Amino acid sequence: MLEVRDLTKSFDGFVAVSRVSFDVAKGSVSAIIGPNGAGKTTLFNLITGHLRCDAGRVVLNGRDVTGVPPHDLCRMGVGRSFQRTNIFAKLTVYDNVQAAFLSHRGRGWNAFTPVRDLYREETLRLLESLGLADRAGEVAGFLSHGAQKQLELGLALALEPDILLLDEPTAGMSASETRETIQLIDRLARERGLTLLFTEHDMEVVFSIARKITVLHQGRVIADGSPADVRADAEVRRVYLGERR
Amino acid sequence: MFLFLIAAGLSLIFGVLRVLNFAHGTFYMLGAYTTYQLVQWMGVSGGRFWLTALGGALVVAALGGLIERFLFRRLYGKDELYQLLFTYALALILSDAAKMVWGTQQKSVSRPPELTGAFNVFGAIIPHYNLFIILLGPAIALAFWLVLQRTRAGRYIRAAALDRETLGALGVNVDALYTWVFVLASFLGGLGGALISPMRATTPGMDTEVIVEAFVVVVIGGLGSFWGTFLGALIYGQVLSFGILFFPRFSIFAVFALMAAVLMVRPWGLLGRPLR
Amino acid sequence: MSHLARVPWAPLVVLAALLVPAFGSRFYTFVANDVVIWALFATSLNLLVGYTGLVSFGHAAYFGIGAYTTGILMKKLGVPFLLAFPAAGVLAAAFALLFGLFCVRLTRIYFAMLTLAFAQIVWAICFKWNEVTGGEQGMPEVPYPDLAWMGRLPWLDGLRTSDHFYLLTVVLVALCLFLLHRVVGSPFGRMLTTIRENAERAEFIGVHVRRYELAAFVLAGAFAGLAGGLFGIFNRGVFPDFAYWTKSSEVLIMTLLGGMGTFYGPSVGALALILLNQQIVSYTEYWPFVLGTILVVLLFGFPGGLGGALELLGRRLWRPRRA
Repeated sequence: MLEVRDLTKSFDGFVAVSRVSFDVAKGSVSAIIGPNGAGKTTLFNLITGHLRCDAGRVVLNGRDVTGVPPHDLCRMGVGRSFQRTNIFAKLTVYDNVQAAFLSHRGRGWNAFTPVRDLYREETLRLLESLGLADRAGEVAGFLSHGAQKQLELGLALALEPDILLLDEPTAGMSASETRETIQLIDRLARERGLTLLFTEHDMEVVFSIARKITVLHQGRVIADGSPADVRADAEVRRVYLGERR
Repeated sequence: MFLFLIAAGLSLIFGVLRVLNFAHGTFYMLGAYTTYQLVQWMGVSGGRFWLTALGGALVVAALGGLIERFLFRRLYGKDELYQLLFTYALALILSDAAKMVWGTQQKSVSRPPELTGAFNVFGAIIPHYNLFIILLGPAIALAFWLVLQRTRAGRYIRAAALDRETLGALGVNVDALYTWVFVLASFLGGLGGALISPMRATTPGMDTEVIVEAFVVVVIGGLGSFWGTFLGALIYGQVLSFGILFFPRFSIFAVFALMAAVLMVRPWGLLGRPLR
Repeated sequence: MSHLARVPWAPLVVLAALLVPAFGSRFYTFVANDVVIWALFATSLNLLVGYTGLVSFGHAAYFGIGAYTTGILMKKLGVPFLLAFPAAGVLAAAFALLFGLFCVRLTRIYFAMLTLAFAQIVWAICFKWNEVTGGEQGMPEVPYPDLAWMGRLPWLDGLRTSDHFYLLTVVLVALCLFLLHRVVGSPFGRMLTTIRENAERAEFIGVHVRRYELAAFVLAGAFAGLAGGLFGIFNRGVFPDFAYWTKSSEVLIMTLLGGMGTFYGPSVGALALILLNQQIVSYTEYWPFVLGTILVVLLFGFPGGLGGALELLGRRLWRPRRA
């Protein structure tokens, strides 16, 4: 479904991502792992058009989408969540999700209809599936960290994506929150037939749901395969020596 | 070249504190007024003028320091817009305060007796004092630049402009550093006003005139860049004189058009660096 | 919902505004006219600052362009108000489009500086283009629109032309504010707030940030132009300082004073500032000093402006009833 070929990006001489290539099959759950600074977020930014790549291609369903800006890419079925919680902090939970629906369903340029009743059902339904329905009226910035991440997920899902890119979805969460979030993501992915690609630090999470793992180190791919293969890979063990999670 | 002195102070505050100090023009004006006042008390003979000029600049510098320490500092966490508005409010308050103290009549300061003569160059009369200022401007600039490059304090200032947090983590008292930067910038502004007072009338309204000019210079040369400000002042001066000579109707237009052009093509100015 | 929130404030205020000439002296009508026009000007700026998060230092440019358009059309070309007024909005929008194209490419401080630069260019042109704009002297004696038909309406026949014009202004501004209110409450308006809150996120829900920002810029410019068109007639003359940066700062202060977080905040700010100005100026010539002090108090004490302070007060005093 998604093919990444030779993506390269440097910042002022520092090579953040170097000739990264991998595939994501439709319906699969894949993970990208690597120590801090390996270039995972940069890679995501390159795929989603937030950054211009110096070289390489990104192909989505056979279509070259390299450098397509985010606002167009998300209409092609790509959803994304961010590592640092990226929501509309001063809007309510309900407004956050509704905004996503408004934009996605093409009503963004309507300047006359009051917003109040638009997409009410869809918004509430999505909030329910996230477990946030009872907090719809709260200001998003005041939610707990975990709830904010769930809202982020909601924003991505409102766009009815085919593939979901999640950048460290369980970052900063407690063990129980992590489990909850992973269960939620897994359930939603199966319900909606989503393809998942996520980055993670938490190895337990990765090995529990990912079917394919790509390992990044200093901007390069050092291993790419099933969890068993990756676990056995010598270079991966060397890189992670001393890192226990 | 005195505009360079003013603009340098503005650029410094922007480079380090990341705020456009609207009140900078008012500091310039206060420098002129304070010098006038000191001259009234002390006269200009026997080298006194230089003392009064220095005094004027120091008073303004002290004022700047107090304002930063007790008022401005409290706005640091907030939106940059609030900081900007504060400097605007400051400009309003201080310029009216100057009106209250000194009235609205034009004030003039006599030139120091050592420099009252004039050169006759190709039929044009160039007062000694003007020439002196033209030379002094770059001299102060050079001194200032050397301080920035060679001294430890200068290094700290440049570091603070790049990364305040890391500097703080290294144990440098960044709060105090900010205050000193403000003091230094205000000193430059006040000094500009003080030195200009024998050449131009000291009136209310000189602050709004100069602040717009300083903005243009700093934008063209690059916010936060020292040599950029120098270049900007040069270019500004040239465009203005050229414009007045050949297209008098369009000279003000030309200046703002230049500012707009720089912003459209290279927003961080000719020698500036893109903001993070 | 608290009882107070159910009161239809907006129509009441409009009604009150319409009644001013009946109960007040000529002076009150004058002040009210000033307030109403500036309320529109400030609200148009708020569309940019408060709703989209774009701080413009040069909004007066469009005010000035609108004023000159209406002034030139009516005074020099005898064009009726019915055409000259919308023309102000159209021309201001056109310039906003032109300038905005360049401005929205920049962020924050550079955006602000470029808006300022463009505004100063407009000012410089108005200041020097003697043939068209009257140059430094401006264009005094802009005629009133033909309001004789108003004199034939019941209740209105006893009023002066300036009062007739005031009533017309109230109606037009109310209409403009209603339109702006609809825009702000629409999906388009909501997209603007997402840009203000988090432009990066907005991009990733499909919002073409630059295009929306440009649209907001043009809309804000258009309504500022309409305000300018009205002001030129009200002021009985159009002058270059309508586009000078100090006008831009005045309207920005009003917007902040009233609170950029609410729709009616800037209008309240306009009311407050103009009334304050009237009062203070009669006691002392040091209005800038007072204004500066008020600003400082506001910045340190009430960052939400009057609107924010009122909102806080409202929440404390009139707790909404919940089951």
